[in-house]
Amino acid sequence: MPLPGSAQRWAAAAGSWGCWLLALLLLLVTGPGGASEITFELPDNAKQCFYEDIAQGTKCTLEFQVITGGHYDVDCRLEDPDGKVLYKEMKKQYDSFTFTASKNGTYKFCFSNEFSTFTHKTVYFDFQVGEDPPLFPSENRVSALTQMESACVSIHEALKSVIDYQTHFRLREAQGRSRAEDLNTRVAYWSVGEALILLVVSIGQVFLLKSFFSDKRTTTTRVGS
Amino acid sequence: MAGVVGRGLPAMGRPALLLLVMCAAGAQGLYFHIGETEKRCFIEEIPDETMVIGNYRTQMWDKQKEVFLPSTPGLGMHVEVKDPDGKVVLSRQYGSEGRFTFTSHTPGEHQICLHSNSTRMALFAGGKLRVHLDIQVGEHANNYPEIAAKDKLTELQLRARQLLDQVEQIQKEQDYQRYREERFRLTSESTNQRVLWWSIAQTVILILTGIWQMRHLKSFFEAKKLV
Repeated sequence: MPLPGSAQRWAAAAGSWGCWLLALLLLLVTGPGGASEITFELPDNAKQCFYEDIAQGTKCTLEFQVITGGHYDVDCRLEDPDGKVLYKEMKKQYDSFTFTASKNGTYKFCFSNEFSTFTHKTVYFDFQVGEDPPLFPSENRVSALTQMESACVSIHEALKSVIDYQTHFRLREAQGRSRAEDLNTRVAYWSVGEALILLVVSIGQVFLLKSFFSDKRTTTTRVGS
Repeated sequence: MAGVVGRGLPAMGRPALLLLVMCAAGAQGLYFHIGETEKRCFIEEIPDETMVIGNYRTQMWDKQKEVFLPSTPGLGMHVEVKDPDGKVVLSRQYGSEGRFTFTSHTPGEHQICLHSNSTRMALFAGGKLRVHLDIQVGEHANNYPEIAAKDKLTELQLRARQLLDQVEQIQKEQDYQRYREERFRLTSESTNQRVLWWSIAQTVILILTGIWQMRHLKSFFEAKKLV
């Protein structure tokens, strides 16, 4: 919609101040929000750390789950910028930890598989920092939401939790499936192996027995005579 | 977000835009450290026809100043994406800052591997690289302000579009779940069959070897005139 000249200048000036205010607000108040969802492979005897710069007062959630490998457990450790340990658990399969950042700085969380000698693990984690970024640049976020808009927002939140449950279900199913596939291969190898051992042992028994009687016969004849 | 704000901006707004861009750049929040020739792989289990967008930014460790340099030109990262069958979907070299996109055509575990190909790190001994990574899958990959501008949607229409995308994502995931459950069921049934056949076979082998043993030994003892 084209505006008249003076109105355009006024709009431009207001727009620029609005930009400053918005930028300042973003930097001071909320900070960039968002979620990082990553699945990675953790080799045996290894430790992998992730870092994130978080602003003070931001509510964060760390959720992790071990998908495949060994006893499906991992050590997890979360530290604040001063090195103080906020969360430390050993050999956990799944956990969720919520905290509010007490100071600005780099938060570090590490997953360790150092207790395992030869199994590598696949770990999934979801690190949610603050709120999700808003849908709009929010230049006109001065009026309250209409009923339709707030209905949309609540549907959006409900769908987000559906997607979250789906993800956790998928991970549990992957865990179950990984165990079932392990079992399947193990049964195959074991059955072939056991059949072979059975044959070897029974044939070996017979020949060993025969060898006893071959030696014993000469001694028996000597004793007999 | 930056695109909509930047349109027709007066000179005063440019520094604000820069601040916003810095803010957005910092929004690639999560980072990790990677060694010189180290390869880091990430797994994304996704249904088919799903778009995945990855953004990364690298910073090199300066040993003298003991700080990470803001950006280092000439530093490259090689990105390799493999589909569930092991076929390479994407294998490209990007600069120190890059964005890679791919769409899955088969459902399953896709593997995204990153490694640095830089030889410059050998010069700064003890080279450590800081990699900021952000992977968005499915409807998270959609840039809604861009879509709103392109299709000229009102706020309500955009929200409806977002909800539609989310529901589509849920439907795709449900389909994938059905496919996975079928695989799981086949594996379990195969295990069941194997255990059944193996126990029957073992019993048969046991009986047959027992019979063979007795007959062989009987003929042996008869030959040795002990029976």
